[in-house]
Amino acid sequence: MDASLPAHMRPERSFQGFILALQRFWAEQGCVILQPYDMEMGAGTFHPATTLRALGPKPWNAAYVQPSRRPKDGRYGENPNRMQHYYQFQVIMKPSPPNLQELYLKSLAAIGIDSAVHDIRFVEDDWESPTLGAWGLGWECWCDGMEVSQFTYFQQVAGFECAPVAGELTYGLERLAMYVQGVDRVYDLNFNGREGDAKVTYGDVFLQAEREYSKHNFEVADTAMLFEQFKMAEAACRKYLDAGWKDDKREAHLMALPAYDQCIKASHVFNLLDARGVISVTERQSYILRVRELAKACGEAWIHTEAGGAA
Amino acid sequence: MPELLLELFSEEIPARMQAKAADDLRRMVTDKLVAEGLVYEGAKAFATPRRLALTVHGIPARQPDLKTERRGPKVGAPDAAVQGFLKATGLKSLDEAKIQRDPKGDFYIGLIEKPGRDAIDVLAEILPVIIRTFPWPKSMRWGARSGKPGSLSWVRPLHAITATFGLETEEPDVVKFEVDGIETGQTTYGHRFMAPEAISVRRFEDYEAKLKAAKVILDPQARKDIIFADAKELTFAQGFELVEDQVLLDEVSGLVEWPIVMMGSFEEEYLAIPEEVIRATIRNNQKCFVVRDSKTGKLTNKFVLTANIEATDGGKVIVSGNERVIRPRLSDAKFFYETDLKTKLEDRLPKFEQIVFHEKLGTQAARIKRIERLAAEIAPLVGADVAKATRAAHLAKADLLTEVVGEFPEVQGLMGRYYAKAQGEDDSVAAACEEHYKPQGPADRVPTDPVSVAVALADKIDTLVGFWAIDEKPTGSKDPYALRRAALGVIRLIAENALRLSLMKVAASALAGLSVNPADAQKLPSDLLAFFADRLKVQLREQGARHDLVDAVFALGGQDDLLMIVRRVDALGKFLDSDDGKNLLAGTKRASNILSIEEKKDKRSFDGAPDAALYSLAEEKALAKAIGEVKAEASAAVAKEDFAAAMSAMAKLRPPVDAFFDKVRVNDDDAKVRENRLKLLNEIRSATRAVADFSKIQD
Repeated sequence: MDASLPAHMRPERSFQGFILALQRFWAEQGCVILQPYDMEMGAGTFHPATTLRALGPKPWNAAYVQPSRRPKDGRYGENPNRMQHYYQFQVIMKPSPPNLQELYLKSLAAIGIDSAVHDIRFVEDDWESPTLGAWGLGWECWCDGMEVSQFTYFQQVAGFECAPVAGELTYGLERLAMYVQGVDRVYDLNFNGREGDAKVTYGDVFLQAEREYSKHNFEVADTAMLFEQFKMAEAACRKYLDAGWKDDKREAHLMALPAYDQCIKASHVFNLLDARGVISVTERQSYILRVRELAKACGEAWIHTEAGGAA
Repeated sequence: MPELLLELFSEEIPARMQAKAADDLRRMVTDKLVAEGLVYEGAKAFATPRRLALTVHGIPARQPDLKTERRGPKVGAPDAAVQGFLKATGLKSLDEAKIQRDPKGDFYIGLIEKPGRDAIDVLAEILPVIIRTFPWPKSMRWGARSGKPGSLSWVRPLHAITATFGLETEEPDVVKFEVDGIETGQTTYGHRFMAPEAISVRRFEDYEAKLKAAKVILDPQARKDIIFADAKELTFAQGFELVEDQVLLDEVSGLVEWPIVMMGSFEEEYLAIPEEVIRATIRNNQKCFVVRDSKTGKLTNKFVLTANIEATDGGKVIVSGNERVIRPRLSDAKFFYETDLKTKLEDRLPKFEQIVFHEKLGTQAARIKRIERLAAEIAPLVGADVAKATRAAHLAKADLLTEVVGEFPEVQGLMGRYYAKAQGEDDSVAAACEEHYKPQGPADRVPTDPVSVAVALADKIDTLVGFWAIDEKPTGSKDPYALRRAALGVIRLIAENALRLSLMKVAASALAGLSVNPADAQKLPSDLLAFFADRLKVQLREQGARHDLVDAVFALGGQDDLLMIVRRVDALGKFLDSDDGKNLLAGTKRASNILSIEEKKDKRSFDGAPDAALYSLAEEKALAKAIGEVKAEASAAVAKEDFAAAMSAMAKLRPPVDAFFDKVRVNDDDAKVRENRLKLLNEIRSATRAVADFSKIQD
């Protein structure tokens, strides 16, 4: 931890200071620090900076915060640590550097978790995303018995082998910050590190949103419209993928990213429909499969683009 | 003799894979050594979260030399043949060859000596192959090399390989090889946090000691012992008792290199949750042990955690951190439990109409209805109250839809019991909610409450008949619906409760309740019966009993009362252990053998009663008389289900059979006498069939 930081910027005092400390740390490791992707998604992995950039031979190191929307996890602001909107901090390094575990541990130190007093463990957790056609091996990282991060070596994404393999780290920011700040309720997190009247809590920023979105997600979201939107996003994705090939040789693709946006869209719309409880168990599987098909097709397009293709 | 030290140092290996990996490493290396002619004295393998290690001692320094002889051309053969021989044997000239004379002439013999190689060179050749082909259940690629084809796959990134070989008294050599850019050496690393520095090691002895100094306990058993002893002591000191859990202990010992056991606590209010749920929460999510109050025998609000570090603050932060994680988990569990209690079990049932049990067998709701009907039918046969059995079958699956079971599937059934009791169900009905899943395996308890037994049988028989009807029988190692376990469960329920039940009838009734109509519905119950016979054989074999006797009893036909089959097999086994039994079996087999030879010769069978007028010898008459008596006596005993008595009756056949074979020539010159004697032999066979088909018994 940087001792020169003013108190309100210190990661154990302030949620935003916590995020900034992580960003600074990973910037120093040579990552590009991106801003959140401007679309609703269920996890930081969906960001094209991870899903697509994990494919192809070109090196890629990036870190970013991504709001994660999980409509089903909403609890109307009444649960101390479950929300339909929360932040993930995502790091992706391709190829995975040999000292990625050490870097991760140093990043914990940078946010105030001292490995001399905490019990930090790497516990087996294989990662699989059926919607993205992706899997990897790694761990959930434990700090004193609490899962604080996910650590994955991507083996396959969008149905394609990762060559080389990328290492991915996902930090659950609120949970970690709660631990570091010593609060038991997420809404009590000190957001800006100030005290007294100047203090802004996580609840000040997000509690109302949690209530409103829980109502929206579970009770009101327009399912007829959402079903329609799913179909539209699916069709648009296919259309852009078709139209993106440079020529009939299908060797170069010029529109993988816009097509992939529609895949992200379809996935989120599906999550909303799922939260509304209008998708049956058997249909659920087929929706997941449809999103996966889109993701795979986008991956196929991506590896024919400049950033995704061979040098 | 020299010894090998091998260590594969990697990122964290999943706990569940460590023991098998250590074993595989030992097996693969020692098998290969032996195949290379290097017979070793002993080997031991170890695993920690970050390393697999192997020591093999007593390896010869060199392979033995191999000498082989090769026969060459005849003396005076054409030059081309001679040159070919010299080339193949590596001899410089024919002067180096021997000449050997045999009936065909004089031949050159070349002696090829293949000198044994140094063991260290052999190791350098075999070890990289073993590493590249190591059978991890799941392995991965990593790093820059993973961009190229043929890169190494390992369970997690492999960082260093230590491989040394040499005598105890000397500085060992590094076994030099390289795998995917990792070169062997003699450098390893200590505990990730407490002693991360590089350590130079020479052989196993100093390796293990240096690791220990660097806060790594290499031997998994030693780690287990430490955790177990410390946990017991820690709890005992406070008047508590550790709830022992071998599976958890195995796992926890695979998560630490330097186990430090500590105790934490949680709010007493959570003790209102069923103990099994507290335990599941703490064990599954946090890998911690739960603790009992030694006076009351009840769980207390303590838990035992195993950290991987001696924290500089003595572990305060770690304990409070773990408590902070366990608290919300228990709070969730309590919330789930209390929420569950608000809904009656039967009110959950309509939801089963939406849940498919199997696409061809309909919904869970339909299945529950079938089990209810079958349980009601079985109830009177097992002494259960029909209304209670029906009620229990009605409710038994409802807990699958509760929050607690959704979170912790392993407490299914048990929660049903809690909820049934809470809503005031009869004790037997509540017990059946849990016990109808039993027995889950050969070691599990068999329920004895008739209501539980009725529902347990109905549940298992519905499953078996259902999957038989849609032709989803187990094949080879594949048994996705655990049908073998279900059949064994039925066998144990019947045998251990001494139940009388016609399996064919129950199976036929279960079949009639299904909505599917299999093509061979007629054959199904008997097919299923054969499956039961197989399971019974497997079970007897595992108990060390004679499984071939099952065939001998089933071959009688019409046997579908499992209890009677088991008893008959048991009595038969005891009989065959006696001298009378052994000799009678031999006599019966002899009769059968003679008969089958003569039947073949004459192309006819020798059925039918012998003619008493044709008996000429006393032994014939005595045998005929004995057969008549034994038949009557044995059938009477079988009718009374007294199989031991039936066997004693059989024993009376032995002396006349022995005497008959001693004194009587079966193939008499008089065709009529011969035929009559063959008929008498056939009578022996048929007399023994009162208890079993002796021809199916192996010698």
